[in-house]
This record gives sequence, C-alpha cells and structure tokens, in this order.
Amino acid sequence: MAELTRLGLVALQSAALDAIAAAADLAGLDQVRVRYLGKSGGLTTLLKQLGTLPADERPAAGQEINQAKVAVQDAIDRRKVVLEEASLTARLAAERIDVSLPGRGRRPGALHPVTRAMRRIERLFANAGFAVVEGPEVEDAYHNFEALNIPEHHPARAMHDTFYFDAELLLRTHTSPVQIRVMEEQAPPLKVIAPGRVYRCDSDLTHTPMFHQVEGLLVDEQVSFADLKGVLYDFLRNFFERDLELRFRPSYFPFTEPSAEVDIQCVICGGSGCRVCKQTGWLEVLGCGMVYPEVFRHVGIDPDRYLGYAFGMGVERLAMLRYGIDDIRLNFENDLRYLRQFS
Amino acid sequence: MRFSEAWLREWVNPPVDTRHLADQLSMAGLEVDAVEPAAPAFSGVRIGWVQSVAPHPDAEKLRICRVDLGEDAPIQIICGAANVAEGMKVPVATVGAVLPGDFKIKKAKLRGVESFGMICSAKELGLAESSEGILPLPADAPVGEDIRGWMALDDHCIEVDLTPDRGDCLSVSGLAREVAVINRAPLATPAIQPVAPLHDQSLPVHLEAPTACPRYVCRVIRDIDPSATTPWWMQERLRRGGIRAISPVVDVTNYVLLELGQPMHGFDLAKLDGEIRVRMAAEGERIALLNGEEATLRADTLVIADAGRAVALAGIMGGSETAVGPETRDVLLESAFFAPLAVSGKARSYGLHTDSSHRFERGVDPELQIRAIERATRLLIAIVGGEPGPVVEAISETDRPKPRALTLRHTRVAQVLGLALPEETILDILTRLGMHTEPTAEGWLVTPPSARFDLVQEVDLIADIGRIYGYDRIPVSHASSASVTRSTPEADFDLDRARLALVDRGFHEVITYSFVSPEMQALVDPDQEVLRLANPLSAELSTMRTSLWPGLIQTARYNQARQQERVRIFESGLRFRIGADGLTQTQGLAGLIVGSSESEQWGLASRAADFFDLKADVEALLALTGAPGRFGFVPGAHPALHPGQTASVECDGRAMGLLGMLHPSLAAQLDITGDAYLFELDIAPLSIGALPKHASISRFPSIRRDIAIIVDEAVTYAAIADCIRATETELLRDLVLFDLYTGKNIESGRKSLALGLILQASSQTLTDGVIEDTVRRILDRLASEFGARLRD
Repeated sequence: MAELTRLGLVALQSAALDAIAAAADLAGLDQVRVRYLGKSGGLTTLLKQLGTLPADERPAAGQEINQAKVAVQDAIDRRKVVLEEASLTARLAAERIDVSLPGRGRRPGALHPVTRAMRRIERLFANAGFAVVEGPEVEDAYHNFEALNIPEHHPARAMHDTFYFDAELLLRTHTSPVQIRVMEEQAPPLKVIAPGRVYRCDSDLTHTPMFHQVEGLLVDEQVSFADLKGVLYDFLRNFFERDLELRFRPSYFPFTEPSAEVDIQCVICGGSGCRVCKQTGWLEVLGCGMVYPEVFRHVGIDPDRYLGYAFGMGVERLAMLRYGIDDIRLNFENDLRYLRQFS
Repeated sequence: MRFSEAWLREWVNPPVDTRHLADQLSMAGLEVDAVEPAAPAFSGVRIGWVQSVAPHPDAEKLRICRVDLGEDAPIQIICGAANVAEGMKVPVATVGAVLPGDFKIKKAKLRGVESFGMICSAKELGLAESSEGILPLPADAPVGEDIRGWMALDDHCIEVDLTPDRGDCLSVSGLAREVAVINRAPLATPAIQPVAPLHDQSLPVHLEAPTACPRYVCRVIRDIDPSATTPWWMQERLRRGGIRAISPVVDVTNYVLLELGQPMHGFDLAKLDGEIRVRMAAEGERIALLNGEEATLRADTLVIADAGRAVALAGIMGGSETAVGPETRDVLLESAFFAPLAVSGKARSYGLHTDSSHRFERGVDPELQIRAIERATRLLIAIVGGEPGPVVEAISETDRPKPRALTLRHTRVAQVLGLALPEETILDILTRLGMHTEPTAEGWLVTPPSARFDLVQEVDLIADIGRIYGYDRIPVSHASSASVTRSTPEADFDLDRARLALVDRGFHEVITYSFVSPEMQALVDPDQEVLRLANPLSAELSTMRTSLWPGLIQTARYNQARQQERVRIFESGLRFRIGADGLTQTQGLAGLIVGSSESEQWGLASRAADFFDLKADVEALLALTGAPGRFGFVPGAHPALHPGQTASVECDGRAMGLLGMLHPSLAAQLDITGDAYLFELDIAPLSIGALPKHASISRFPSIRRDIAIIVDEAVTYAAIADCIRATETELLRDLVLFDLYTGKNIESGRKSLALGLILQASSQTLTDGVIEDTVRRILDRLASEFGARLRD
C-alpha cells in the first residue's frame, strides 16, 4: 500500500474521530457516521478502491482500512451512548412538572348519608341471611294498622300522626306493613328486612314528615326472644364497630309481645352522660318484639306452630349517631355542601 | 302521667333513691321521661303572719306590713300586692334569702321606707307559671317555719310516658303496685272506709247502653259550703301531677283520678232533671261543654243524660249547663265504668282529649267505682262539709267485664323467652303481680287482676313474666335459625350499583320529600293526574309526586341560591301516578345537571354541560343492564322539556324514560340559572334479563376504513348507524362516529358525518377486495336510503 494512501487513511481516521467527538447530538453523530462509514463515506470509498492496489498489498491494506473502520464505528457507538444519556437527561430535565398540581378530570360525588347508612344496615343483615323486600308507600289502612293488631280508634293509632288520602288510603307510618305483605305472599320460614321511606304528619326541630326505617322479620318454628337479642347485639355492635352495651326495655307495640325498646350505650359520651343522650348514658335506637299471635292469624300462619320476631329502626337516627349529624332536617335540604361531606 | 314522688312513697317506699327508682320504672316498661324538682331551689323563705297593713306615705300602691315571723319583734316589709291583708299567713323571703333564679333578698328602701324582706307570690317561689298577688297560706300554717320543709317541697315530679296498654298505671296506686312488685316491698294501700249516708236522696240511674256502660255509681252530697277552698296539700299534689286546682269538687275528683285512676265527675244536682240515663246520643243532639264549646253529637256517642237532655259526654267531658259552680250547694258525684271500645276514638273525633278519656280509652279498673266514690266522698266532706246520700250503683251483670282465666304452659314460657325458668320463679312473679293461679297439667290457669286490660292471651302473661324477671337477664342467643337463602336473579338491574355508577360519574345523591307543592307539580308534570293528601302539613307538601323532577329542580334551585353553580344530582324513589288501572307506585331513577360540564380546573377549557353530557351518564346506566343495544333514544316530547332537545328512552321500542333540556320558559319560571338537563328512567324495564355471553375473539387482524358522508340534517345518526349495521351484519365489529360537521363547504340543510368502520372476519384475514366491496355496499345502501353522498 502506497505510503500516500496510508497517510490518507490516518488523516481520514483522525478527522473522523475528531468529528465524532465534536458531534453535539445524535443527528450530528449520524451525519458523521454517514460521512465516513456510509455507502459513499470516506472509509467505504477507500475500501472500494482496494482493487486498484497490487494484489500483494491488498490484504495488509484491507486489514488497515478495516481496523480504521472498526475504530471509527467504536468511537461512534461510544459517543452515541454519551449523547443518548445527555439527551435523556436533557429530556427528563425539560419534562419536570409540578406534581402538586391537582389531578385532572371528574371527582366522584357521594351517596346521601341516609342511603349510606341504609346500605350498611342492609349488608349487615344480608350477611346474617336476611333477604331485602320492599312494599308500597301509599298503603291501605288494613296493612298499616288492622293486620298489625291496631284497630281503628286504638290509642296506638292516634300516636301515629298519619297522612291520609281518604278513609282507606294513607302514607305508611312505618315499614311494618311490609311484614304483613311478605307473610301474605310467602310461607315460613321467613327471614327478611324491609327498608324504606315512612311518613308521619309531624314536623319540628327533631321530626321530619318523611324519614326512613328498616324493618326486620324472622318467622320459624324455633325462635325466641333470646335469639332476637342475639341478632340485635350482633347488628348494633357491628354497625357502630364497638362493643356497645345494650339495654332491652319492656315496651308495647300492638303487633309484638313481648315488646322491647332497645337502648345502646351512648356512642357520643360512652355512657357517662352528655347532651345527646340527655345525661342518661343511653340512646334509644330501635323497637322489637316477638310477633303477636293475632298478626299471624291475620295472615294465616299457625301461631301454635310458628314463632317470630320483628324489629324496626329509624335510619336517620342511626346515620346521625354514626356520622355526627346534629339536625335531622339537613337530610332533606340536600345542600351540596352537606352532601359532599359524605364522599 | 306525672306524679309526686313523695305521694308514691306514701304507698310504697323501697330503699332506693330517686334516680334508681326512675330507672326501675323505665326498666319495667314504664318509661320515665323526666324527673324534675317539685320546686326550684330557693332558701330563707319562712311562714309569716301579717300583723298589720298600713298605707305607704309616698306610694299609692305600696303598703307597709308588719309581719310576725315568730321572733321577738315583727319585721317591716313593703308589699305591692293588692291581696295583702291583716291576719294573712304568707311566705316571707327574709333578708339573705335566695329565690329561684339566684335572686338575693337584701334590706331595701322603697320610697323612703325600709323593707326587711319580701312577701312572695307562688310564681316568685317557682310554684306556678303565673300568679296574682302573694300566696295566701292556710290559717294553721306554723309561723316562723321554713316553707320548704312545711310544704314538703323537696320532692320530685316524675313524668312517666306510659304505653297505651298500661292504663292500669295511670294512677299513683297503679304505679305503687308496680314499684312494690319490682322491689318486693310492702304496699300500704290506704284503707277506704265507706261513708255512711246521712239522708236518702238519690237519682234513679238507667243503663240504656249496658255494653258501653255496664256500671254507673253515683251519690248525692247535699248542702256543701261554697266558700270552702281546697287545702294546700291537695293543691300541691295536683300541681305536682300537672293538674291546676279549680274548686273543691273538681279538685277532689281530680285527686281521686290521680290517686286511684278513676275519672269522676261532679254535677250540680239542682240543674239535673230527675234521673240519670246513660244512653247513646241522638244523631245531631247538641251539648254545651265545659271547655266552652258546643258539640253536635253522633249516634255512636255515649252520653250521660237527665230526663231531658245530654249533660255529659260519657268519660270525656261534662256539660257546662250542669257544671258545679260557685253557687252550687248540692252535688251529684259520678264514678262509672265505660268500656274502652265504647269510648276509644270518640274524644278525638270531637277534637277533645281529657285526662278522663285518656284513661277510659286504655281501660279503668271495672271494680274500682265504689271505692273511688267513697274515697271522694270522704275527701270532699272534709273540705266542704255537706251530707252524703246513699251510694247508688247501677250494674249490668251480663255486660260488666269478668275475670278472664288464661292458660299458661310452662314450656311455652321457655319457647318464647328462650329461657327455662323454674316453676317457682314463674309462680312467684305471677303472685307478686296479683294474679290468681291454679295449677294445671301443663302449667297454670291464671286470672289477672281486673285492672290489667292488657293481659288477654298466654303470650301477654309470658311477656309480663319476662318483664318482671328482667329482659336484661334473658340470655343472648346466637343460635343461627334456619337460613333462608332467596337470591335475586343475576341479570336484575342493580339499583345500588347504578347509584354508585352515578356517584362515580360525579353525581350527588339527594333525598327529597315524596310530596311536593301542587304548583311545582303542575308546572313540571301538568298532564298527570295526581294523588293529594287529605291532611297535608302545608300546601307546599300536599301533592304526591308523579315524577322525581320537582324535587331535583327544587334542590338545584336551593343550591344555586347558595353559590353552588355546578349541580349534578340524582334521586331514586317511588312516583305516584293515577292512570287507567288506578294508582301505580313505580320506582324511578332521575338526575339533573346544570352548570359547567366539569368542575373548574386547570388545563381544561370550561364549557356548559349539554344534552350529550347527560346522555353519556344515561348510557352508562343502560350499559349496566348488560344489553345496552336494546335501548334507544328517539325524539320525544314532554311539557317540561325543550321541544328540540327531548329524547324518549326506549327499551325494545317501548318508552321507559326521558332525557332532555329543561324548557327555557320553565327554567325562568322556576328560577333556574343556566341550561339544566334532566333524565328519568323507570327501573323495572331495566331488568331485561341479559347475562353476559361469551363469544370467541377472532385471531385475524381487524382493519378500519373511514368514510365521510353528507346527508340531510333531518336524517338521524341512529338511522344511519342502524342502516350500516343492517347492511353488514357479519364483518362489522364496530362503528365509530368521529366527526359531525355543518357549515363551510357543506350546503345548508345538510351535514357531514365522519364514520370509522371496523371490519374483521372470524376465519381469515380480510382481503382488499372484500373490504372495498363491503364499504361500497354500505355506501350504496346509505345513498339509496338517505341520499347520502360521499364527501370529497
């Protein structure tokens, strides 16, 4: 190989290495690669001219050119890594954001607190094997009263503050008529809860003319007041997630006997006495009892064969205690600033 | 029922304090509502004797009194009360006394004259809501003694909220019996000695409605002293029982009512004509009542009448014409038993409620009448003197309540309570409750006391056994009863899931009243016949909603008025509609949006929510059915909605919902700011029974071809989409509308739709030939059906 050519190769390689080192970015580097290693690049051209050399010089010259090519390619690869890293670093720097900016898109709304409490009640009883049933809100006097052993003129009926449409039709004053409807339609054993809206002709600081109840009914051959206590202990302790004390106070409902009102240890003060429990340490949360034989007779269930228990609770009361709501009327004003608190 | 604790303790005095006593009553089913001191705290008030009264030299209304407090010298007190008089016994707050409200009595000078205390009125001592002048004390009040002790004011008024079954506890004696049972304490029933008649004057009594009134007892008391006044202790007991003292005759009957539970009545004998008839009223008969009102009676109402007219509403209220007054000299006392069924509801039907009707409706002891009249006689003649006549008793043996013997099975007690009580325990409880028992093979034959109207079945006895034994001592059983699994069909629409879907889409759930104002109802759903309450709380809440929209619109307005501009709310509940089949109560789900489409945020241009924002929400709900393809939106109409922006939501071609923009004129009338959009769906049709069904996924690639077509504006997208789907049923996997354009380059009245067709075969890769053929068929069909032309 002619000395001149060799000098040319050395110069070419040196120029290539300089150009590689000078390449500022990947595109520039690629131009360098094309200029020296491309189809018509400097080193490629030299290689193509190998044929013009005498045959005995070709192997040595070919080897030298190839070594130069490898050296240049190697330098390009190394430069490429450097430039890629720099490029990535620059990109990452450029793409820095303020992660404290709020996320985009739609924020969820919320269920109404009464629904929220109701779902919890339904789930707890569903876990205990109770099926959910519903009934009409415009009821007849028979299902709302008579079948529940509350005849016309019974003092208990006067206590119900009923909304009437006419002598027969009314807005149900409790969810208890659903008991009757279920027993009319299905044979025991029965294990149901009936959630829903109820209405009383009463409106003041602590009463709204519409509110919600959940009624429970179990009918079977072996059911006792002790079982009723068990199911309510389980429910109330699970609902409030506390080992609450309960108090069963004898009471009266025309459709149950024995009947009881159930007090829980005040969830606000823990029983030491506060404004919410009127210093008694107890809060009345539900009514319950064993189904009265008259009620079974009304729906054609044999009261000698079957026993049953029933209970009913006010959902607003439970929701208010659970979420610290101090005014029942808030529930029906539907102020979004109130509703948002239950997201 | 309100009563004095001290009075109760005269009957039974268990070694428990007031608070414990109240707890005992509550836990025995006699719920104590309140325990209040009989008098507010005060001190330093003593009984004084007014020695002399002299005018004040400088004040016309003031007087200078010299009051003896049993000390060496009387003290001087300036008094402004008109009724102060020489010789009166009065309560005197001495210097240093503290009256209710922390009012301290100091030495004072009134118009230049010194005063060393104050003569008090009942109001000033907290013994009355209002009073006129100072409180006169009886002549035998011991001068100098502290009035708190002498009047036994360190007592409590206990208020029990009795359930309607416990009429037997509407008296001190009834409550005392319960307290004695609970505490195993002796009951000191005061002996009631008959008062011997001093003459034989009486009125004949005719029981003309013996089922309603099987026993009527009365007695004439002649020649009473009309000037006598009720002693202070009786007035105090009445006051602590929540009853105002009126006159000796009335006060005595009220006293017996509180003490024994027997409502009584006193007539002015001179005003009665010849006889007592206990009969049903004649329809339309009129009576002037003690409360000053006149009642027109129905034939179902029991009255007490004399020979000529009704003189009292039996068991409810006396008539004013025969009432005892200041000039009454001769009295007829009545002590009767009226059957609960005969009187219940009657007082209410005449707009009345009295202590008497309250008791008779719940049941008064049918064996009490004679004892009560003897008790009243003795109390009355001690106050007003007079001569009692014989006790007249009219009784219908066939109609009077007889003792009922109830079978009680020992095993049943255990079954119902879930607690096996020994025989001795049961027998002990029954005996303490005053029940007569006879053993039987299975248990006992039990006869309850005559006052216990609530005990009519075996289970009533079991409840009472549980009550006295203590509900808290009944075990807590966690024995799982027969599990009854009734699952709901999987494909049923899950309303709970739908609620959550809406919540996740930014909605807040609201709960509004089911009754709305008739105006709102008429504006929003004018064509629907409505159900109206006969006794609404107010006109605003008088009409049952036929749609959920009135509540939502009201809620939106309420919130807009409170700076909440973006509202997204929903509600589910019943709608009450009257149609050809009468009343229907169907469950619906409805929503309303107004304000910007998204909450205000950075990086997102704000725009007002529109029809298609809400439509997406509705579509999301329909997707939950598992078969959204069976639902469609077609142009619809509703009086509350914008005629050009109303869709009827259909399921298999049947309307089951609406979606649209609140009519602008309605929005203006209802004060809604901005364009509001509403939807309402019937819930029942959403349960269309669609379970997911797996179809195999093609292994071959899908391809997409975009077309842009121009059609008349009136051609709906749904028609075009249906046409495309019908044309190519096999290869078309999906259809996407990615642009809708009108305006420049499109002639007016026409629109351009850009559609993406996603094609895929299940068994091969599609060839260009098949693809082009398919697209051409679709375009040809669109051209022939709608005159659609490919956009250049």
